[in-house]
Amino acid sequence: MIEIAVAIAACLLALSLAATAMRGFALAPAALYAGSALLCLGLAVLGGVFLATQAETSSLSIPVGLPWLGAHLRLDALSAVFVLLLGTGGGAASLYAIGYGRHEHEPHRTLPFYPGFLGAMTLVLLADDAFTFLVSWEVMSLLSWALVLTHHREEETRGAGYLYLVMAGFGTMMLLLAFGLLAGAEGGYDFAAMRAADRSPGLAALVLALMMVGAGSKAGLMPLHVWLPVAHPAAPSHVSALMSGVMTKVALYGFVRVAFDLVGAVPWWMSVPVIVLGAVTAVMGILFANTGGDGKRVLAYSTIENIGVIFAAFGLALAFKANDMQALAALALTAGLIHALNHMAFKSLLFMVAGAVLNATGHRDLDRLGGLIHRMPKTAVLALIGVTAIAALPPLNGFVSEWLLFQAVLQSPNLAQPGLQFLVPAAGGLLALAAALAAACFVRFYGVIFLGRARSDAARDAGETDRWSLAAMGGLAALCVLAGIVPGVLIDLVAPAVMQLAEARMPAQEANSWFTLIPVAEVHSSYSGFLVMVFIAISGGATAWLVHRLASKRLRRSAAWDCGFPNADPVTQYGAGSFAQPIRRVMGPLLAARETVVMPPPGDSAPARHEASTEDLAWSRLYLPLIAAVVAATTRMNALQFLTIRRYLSLVFASLILLLTGLTIWN
Amino acid sequence: MELIANLTLQGVQMLVVLALAPGLTGLVRKIKARLMRRRGAPVWQPYRDLARLLKKEVVLAENASWLFRVSPYMVFAATWVAAALVPTFAIGLQFSWTADLIALVALLGSARFFLALAGMDVGTSFGGLGASREMMIGALAEPAMLLMVFTVALVAGSTQLSNVVAFTASGEVGIRISMGMALIALIIVALAENARIPVDNPATHLELTMVHEAMVLEYSGRHLAMIELAAALKLLLYMALIGCVFVPWGIAPASAGFFGLVSGFLLFLVKLAAGGAMLAVFETAIAKMRVFRVPDFLGVALMLGLLGTLLLFVSRSL
Repeated sequence: MIEIAVAIAACLLALSLAATAMRGFALAPAALYAGSALLCLGLAVLGGVFLATQAETSSLSIPVGLPWLGAHLRLDALSAVFVLLLGTGGGAASLYAIGYGRHEHEPHRTLPFYPGFLGAMTLVLLADDAFTFLVSWEVMSLLSWALVLTHHREEETRGAGYLYLVMAGFGTMMLLLAFGLLAGAEGGYDFAAMRAADRSPGLAALVLALMMVGAGSKAGLMPLHVWLPVAHPAAPSHVSALMSGVMTKVALYGFVRVAFDLVGAVPWWMSVPVIVLGAVTAVMGILFANTGGDGKRVLAYSTIENIGVIFAAFGLALAFKANDMQALAALALTAGLIHALNHMAFKSLLFMVAGAVLNATGHRDLDRLGGLIHRMPKTAVLALIGVTAIAALPPLNGFVSEWLLFQAVLQSPNLAQPGLQFLVPAAGGLLALAAALAAACFVRFYGVIFLGRARSDAARDAGETDRWSLAAMGGLAALCVLAGIVPGVLIDLVAPAVMQLAEARMPAQEANSWFTLIPVAEVHSSYSGFLVMVFIAISGGATAWLVHRLASKRLRRSAAWDCGFPNADPVTQYGAGSFAQPIRRVMGPLLAARETVVMPPPGDSAPARHEASTEDLAWSRLYLPLIAAVVAATTRMNALQFLTIRRYLSLVFASLILLLTGLTIWN
Repeated sequence: MELIANLTLQGVQMLVVLALAPGLTGLVRKIKARLMRRRGAPVWQPYRDLARLLKKEVVLAENASWLFRVSPYMVFAATWVAAALVPTFAIGLQFSWTADLIALVALLGSARFFLALAGMDVGTSFGGLGASREMMIGALAEPAMLLMVFTVALVAGSTQLSNVVAFTASGEVGIRISMGMALIALIIVALAENARIPVDNPATHLELTMVHEAMVLEYSGRHLAMIELAAALKLLLYMALIGCVFVPWGIAPASAGFFGLVSGFLLFLVKLAAGGAMLAVFETAIAKMRVFRVPDFLGVALMLGLLGTLLLFVSRSL
């Protein structure tokens, strides 16, 4: 099956070249996006079939790349899970782009990079040696960077692109070091050699730490997240959906591949930073999502939250695995993988919604929207499914993975180390806080965009989005519902991957009645999204029917009541800033929130001003000093450019001596 | 045959919570009135109110969307399903395994989510004010509740309410510090979630401190009836939850006969009345706090929930 996967990846890369050739044809964008969509569909089917039939791992070696190494490619259960994820997310984004791409003024800035980006991500998932992995990873980074720069004439986008490039370079360098350590002095760069090698616990921990920095910076782990909330929203919306929904997952794949597969046994204490950083990332990400005023940036911050949740799940799985509790490791790992799949579905959906709204109104700023439920009714329904899913509310899919994670947290008393025993429930509390804050965040997101009255002319005159976009969003919304009510199918689907990594799997769910989830044993816990859905539908529907039938169904439209003082001006509604005020105030210290009120002196008719601001402490406390230090150091070193030839020669001589001395002492 | 009996029992449970909920609200109001030396409306006044509201026409704001009209039924259905899953007079009901404690908390979260959305739908300042404050309170109350759930689940070894109750009723539990902390945390959360004093005042209107009432300000007629009924159900749900986890005595076990069920039901009525009376006394004795003092209040619940959980890690017998 690997041959098909590689062929699809090659076709995607070839589409990029075709796009350059087809520049100027009117039908080129639609054709290219349709081609990408079909190829992605092929990937999704391939991944799904591989997992459903529990196919054998298949590998392939192509004589390209390094002469003594070649390119090793392999499709196993773990790759297949992520190939399925990539195929679904990429297919939906491409379908959406057929409609969305028409609004693009300069399609040639997106088209040549888009299919190649998908292809490079596929190759990252299939790579079976460090060289192929890193090259594909770097191609993926560079193409996504080019896509971020689509609207390069906007000052903000250029800044975002630069920051992204620096962070991506830094991340890849950390990966390079991690793989270097994995390969060891003998230089076994293919993954099979890395798997076979023996490592000391310290070395394993170091590799994992480097992977956390390298893959974490791509995924958006705090404090390496700073580029994500500026770069993801800057791209066109279908690319934002891909970057948030899929590329962050490819980064997670890199982490999982190394942490559970290549590096071997990991000491238990290495799970502590993973859990802690994951939980902190979840809370901080969603706090920033609660205060931001730009719709797409809110979504990007929420991506950071979800990445935190997934990392926490993986950390928990590492802890269980280090304690030889395979069944529980499987539970935590399943929770993480399912959450990755779920997040792909609802985050892609919501980015597409944000793109549809952006196309219809021209605004990303929440405070210029409102009332779109009347103007874009279909988008509004799909968006409602998306926000309900991402807020982890039953019976949709977001809740299933959170629930599985909480079940894993509740198993922590079985851990042997007191440190972990204390840490895990505290992390569970943080995750619960993040889930509750996510609900607040998405009430605000949906309420300000779709409900209430229009806050601008553009929002008042908006129209429904095109059919291609609706089809893509509808497909993802259907996935959110299906994964919520029959999660057992998904759990059984990822079971081969979990089996491969944790040497155990969750109990098979397919035999359970009413699609009930039973993670450990029925005595402990069970949940049936299907029945919850049915019960709510029956009791709500029956009540509505009875009330309309037996009591009253009269209805009169009238002006809003608003305690007797309705105000005609839409500005008097609660907006993004005012909705965030209670949380901004309660969580003030974490957000470095500041509010300033300037009142004119009595008698002065100047307007009073109220300003509220929040600040990312990671940026101001960590990055700004770092940037200042780099700038200061480079300014100093600049003097080296203007030396005479004699001085350069003596510098060369001195460094040679220094190196040789160092080498002598080393030996 | 057994299945029919079980289904009937589950149906009875659903109707019982629905029938008793307004009565509990009426009882609390009556006792509060008596404590303030007012005569107060009769206990069955909420039933009358609901009947009156159901018969009236709905006055809908001009720009209200379909979401505004669907939300009351969604909120009601989610709350009703949640209430039906809490053991009241018997455990081991037919569908008790459908959702565990965590799912129960999340179901209530769904209800809150839709209510807050409905609050923002008409586009008035009061609606948004209520919604934003409700979500802030919810964002703190929900993790506190979940931590309390963790404590209970660690003691009982299950998040399944029927199993938890079977364990606590068995007398193996004894008196534990962690359960005491969980109880206080749950009571604080219950006060906040049900919009009771000191967090919110269910009797106010036109006051800048109101939260819940501000959200539902635009509702009228049958929609308002659904929301009031959902609020009453939620109060009953929390009372039943506190009752079944912390004072589980008398609840009918899974294999109980008819008399077991009847005695369980009577004891449930007694527990409800006692809980209602205590709530009324507490509400009368205490003043409402400023909105931005509420996070401190809920922070206590959060800390108690966490401490309760951590104590269990120190020793499983605490």
